[in-house]
Amino acid sequence: MSQQQIFEKVIAVLKRYTKNEDALNGVSASTNILEDLKVNSARLVDVILDFEDVFNIEIADEDADSVNTVGDALQLIEARIG
Amino acid sequence: MSRRVVVTGLGVVSSIGSTMDDFTASLRAGTSGAEVHPAMVEHRFGCHVAAVPVGVNELAERYFDEEMLLAMNSGHRMASIASVDAWTDAGFERPANDDDAVNWDTGAIIGTGVGGLDTTGGKIVPLTDACKVRRIGSTGVEQVMASGVSARVSGILALGNQVTTNSSACSTGTEAVIMGLERIRSGRAERMLCGGVEGESHYSWAGFDAMRVLSRKFNDSPKLASRPMSGSAAGFVPGAGAGILLLESLDSALERGARIHAEVLGGDINCGGHRMGGSMTAPNPISVQRCIRGALIDAGIGPESVDAISGHLTATGADPSEVRSWAAALGCSPADLPLITSTKSLIGHTLGAAGAIEAIAAITMIEEGFVHPSINCEDVHPEIEPFRHSIPHQIRELPELKTIIKAGFGFGDVNACLVLACYQG
Repeated sequence: MSQQQIFEKVIAVLKRYTKNEDALNGVSASTNILEDLKVNSARLVDVILDFEDVFNIEIADEDADSVNTVGDALQLIEARIG
Repeated sequence: MSRRVVVTGLGVVSSIGSTMDDFTASLRAGTSGAEVHPAMVEHRFGCHVAAVPVGVNELAERYFDEEMLLAMNSGHRMASIASVDAWTDAGFERPANDDDAVNWDTGAIIGTGVGGLDTTGGKIVPLTDACKVRRIGSTGVEQVMASGVSARVSGILALGNQVTTNSSACSTGTEAVIMGLERIRSGRAERMLCGGVEGESHYSWAGFDAMRVLSRKFNDSPKLASRPMSGSAAGFVPGAGAGILLLESLDSALERGARIHAEVLGGDINCGGHRMGGSMTAPNPISVQRCIRGALIDAGIGPESVDAISGHLTATGADPSEVRSWAAALGCSPADLPLITSTKSLIGHTLGAAGAIEAIAAITMIEEGFVHPSINCEDVHPEIEPFRHSIPHQIRELPELKTIIKAGFGFGDVNACLVLACYQG
């Protein structure tokens, strides 16, 4: 899976939870999931579960806690899928 | 401080219509919303029939975005749709999600009888039993906490007054309206969204099926299965739905020139204490009669002013006792009992939503001057036979209809009775 494909799948997951869809137009690795996309902090749990389902990976809770930006998510997922 | 309270908004999601126009047309026609329910057949219930609203998910997608829907089970969806409809029916605009203004003068009392068992049975229990608790995600709690339905509505409409969920079994919806009435009367709120909801889940109905209180003799003819006051009645048809009424102080309604559907004259809530024949599952008839009389006293009217009765009348063995209690409480001989109808003959028993949906039906009948048919009881129960002439088997056009008394009686020996009337200035 290419980096672009991973990026697109990550954004597709985040789109379900984002309350600021305008921010998705200019989304980049530095986009903060809570502050920029306005995702409800409780829903980060669901975002991680969706990542697990979409990429067929497992993400430990301590690793999930380190995901703040889109770039953090990409880095974590790329490492898991090798 | 006691103020007059009126109803300025109505919203309904039911098996016989999820717009007021459809709902009203079905009431007039005496349409049954009961159908064979596949999950009840699959799980070998004795009763295969339920009355549930159709197209709720498609409707919800028109009202709410995907992020909201992820955390909204069946009951949340029905309550939220009905609440938005009641709010806009009253002439208010739905606030934008990013508008920080809070409506401090408006609250919500939206009850439920059983609650989010579709989430509990479909997600929480199986995932927990499979040792996959983390897969429940973040949306489990808010869908199974009893107050989830009222909390959800408060977020959609930015309500800042009291927001709570009451639960008194099958009297829940009626009780919610009376609680809202009391809050506005006392001056603590100007408006209260009141009512009840019961989501669609065969898990909610399984215990009733086990008690053998669901209708199981009409599985092949579902439209005949809900038979309150019938000699061949043998249990109720479970239902799902939501009914929401926007109660408002008369002062507020007049000030903003709102359309007034009806006035809430008064009500009463009590319990039989599981004495004098009452129990966890049966009503104390004396407490039922006290509740009816208490509602009339609170409304400031006598029994002679009651034009029609919207009974609790579920189609269980309790129907004859209920009819006798109405006559006793109103001081009527069988010949003098006002018209008595059962909305459950059309929508089944929607448990925590029943009192609210049926109150909306009563208000519709007051506004349009009719009493809807109480269907499937041409073979009136022998013990109700003396009251036969008071049962409308066909629609009764009654332009002079002004006042309806509506009651809900619930497991736990709890009662709630509400007096609704045409607003006359």
